[in-house]
Amino acid sequence: MPSSTGLIEREKTAAHATDTGSGSLLLLRDRGKRIKRHWQLYLLVLLPLAYLVIFKYVPMYGAQIAFRDFSPVRGITGSEWVGLTNFNTFFKSPNFWMLIKNTLIISTYSLLIGFPAPIILALALNEVRSMRFKRFVQMVTFAPYFISTIVMVSMIILFLSPRLGFIDHILSAFGVEAVNFMGVPSYFSSIFVWSNVWQGIGYGAVIYLAALSGINTDLYEAARVDGASRIQKVWHIDIPGIMPAATILLILNVGQIMNVGFEKIYLMQNPLNTSTSEVISTYVYKIGLLGANFSFSAAVDLFNSVINLILLLSVNYFARRVSDSSLW
Amino acid sequence: MARTNAIRESFGDKLFLTIVYIFLSIILLAVLYPLIYILSSSFSSPQAVISGKVWLLPVDFSLAGYKAIFSNPQIMTGYGNSLFYTVCGVLINVCLTVMLAYPLSKSTFYGRHLIMVILIITMMFSGGLIPYYLTVKSLGILNTRWAMLLPGAMAVWQVIIARTFFQSSIPKELGEAAELDGCTDIGFLWRVVLPLSKPILAVLVLMYAVGHWNAYFDALIFLKTQGLFPLQIVLRNILILNSIDSSMMVDANKMAAMQGLRDLLKFSLIVVATVPVLAIYPFVQKYFVQGILIGSLKG
Repeated sequence: MPSSTGLIEREKTAAHATDTGSGSLLLLRDRGKRIKRHWQLYLLVLLPLAYLVIFKYVPMYGAQIAFRDFSPVRGITGSEWVGLTNFNTFFKSPNFWMLIKNTLIISTYSLLIGFPAPIILALALNEVRSMRFKRFVQMVTFAPYFISTIVMVSMIILFLSPRLGFIDHILSAFGVEAVNFMGVPSYFSSIFVWSNVWQGIGYGAVIYLAALSGINTDLYEAARVDGASRIQKVWHIDIPGIMPAATILLILNVGQIMNVGFEKIYLMQNPLNTSTSEVISTYVYKIGLLGANFSFSAAVDLFNSVINLILLLSVNYFARRVSDSSLW
Repeated sequence: MARTNAIRESFGDKLFLTIVYIFLSIILLAVLYPLIYILSSSFSSPQAVISGKVWLLPVDFSLAGYKAIFSNPQIMTGYGNSLFYTVCGVLINVCLTVMLAYPLSKSTFYGRHLIMVILIITMMFSGGLIPYYLTVKSLGILNTRWAMLLPGAMAVWQVIIARTFFQSSIPKELGEAAELDGCTDIGFLWRVVLPLSKPILAVLVLMYAVGHWNAYFDALIFLKTQGLFPLQIVLRNILILNSIDSSMMVDANKMAAMQGLRDLLKFSLIVVATVPVLAIYPFVQKYFVQGILIGSLKG
């Protein structure tokens, strides 16, 4: 076997791995032989690679539309180059601060509530000694994950509607007047975030439960001998035990902070709540595809993607500096 | 997780445990109640639903909502389309995923690091909605069934899951032995690797299938013709945009009854759309858990 095959099998080394073998001629010839012998593997990856190029990389190349004044007749590359004009228009538009503010409020709120919620559920489940109860709670809380966004939003609308929803039936039992929750702008982010928790808490807990079951039982034994209380065990053993998993997920979440999901927000919008519900992704869709203003909305989108990428890279850098866990 | 109770629990521990149980019970109820409420409402009479009589169990048991659904051509076409997109989509998904994941798992495959980088870049950065739409448009598949199958033909996350599985569960010696016996790479994949990989294939099929069944975004931006709409888009029109064609109300002669049926229909529709997925879920839960865990291994 050629020496380069024994290399460490991690993506981290990807960049180095390509140049280590380049030295000797012998190795090169060996590599050629290896490629020839395994030509079928290259045949296999052709189709998937074609997919990646067509549906991922061509659109990336097409993102230059943001710097052009798109005309359908002349195509993306044929349209006139206008530099940063589209970006300037966006920064100066009255919508700019509203969009940034709404996007940040919804995503930060989501992060603050949605990130710890599954951890708390997992820690609580880990204390339960009846396996049947534990499994039942796990099964039930995981189930809403399978509900589609459309059904989820219709459930929210039904439950919160002043006429049909059980929330208003409860309120009216206490003599409170019916409220059209979906029409009140200040409720929007809370409805969005807490319904996400309802739907995702069981799914999110799976990783933490696995991390908890992987904790060395000697630690619990030692803690018991030392007379630690349950809360102390949770605090000093369980929480440190899930920190690596939590760090990774936090990095991923922060990297997505400008990406509040289009699908759910778009469905939850109505004319009454747009002042707090309009975020960058829904704006891009409305201006771009519904309003056919391709270049301008592509610029808004690109601005968003770049901010996201910067956030992801810097959070990862920061996590690597302060702890052992990072994405790469 | 076998913790012995040799040492008696202190009062604090008992209190803590009680709080944990109460907390979990509240969560259990909070998740379960809305589901039960929907289910019970869907089996109640329209009058009981509008007047808010349904609390836990169906009131005035009736199947009016379900009758209205199954006599509605729009919903039935949507159901059929969704089935088609799910079955064909999953076939394409699994083929492409395995075709990429298997070579990536082989240490003898020169260039796999480069391909991994190509893959991971697509996870971190995308061209955005408009270029994506224009690409699909320029391929000439806008408003065809292909638009529902090709743009989402493979998911990077699933490729990584499958690759991790192949790497850790297929012994290297097996491949070397097969090579000595003159077995080709594709022959080995087909005759040895795939039969050994049933668990991961189940994970892939289920993850992709749920994704297809629940997706609406691609249909929203790519499809215009009603006859091509998947169930989710039909649901959106009825449940969220509230646009029900009055002709679909089968025996609704009176306006009041029609309004009631319209509300009831929403509950039944939610049930009908969600049942295919939720009904199989308890049996396949372990595969999803497996998928999440294999995925997190590499992270």
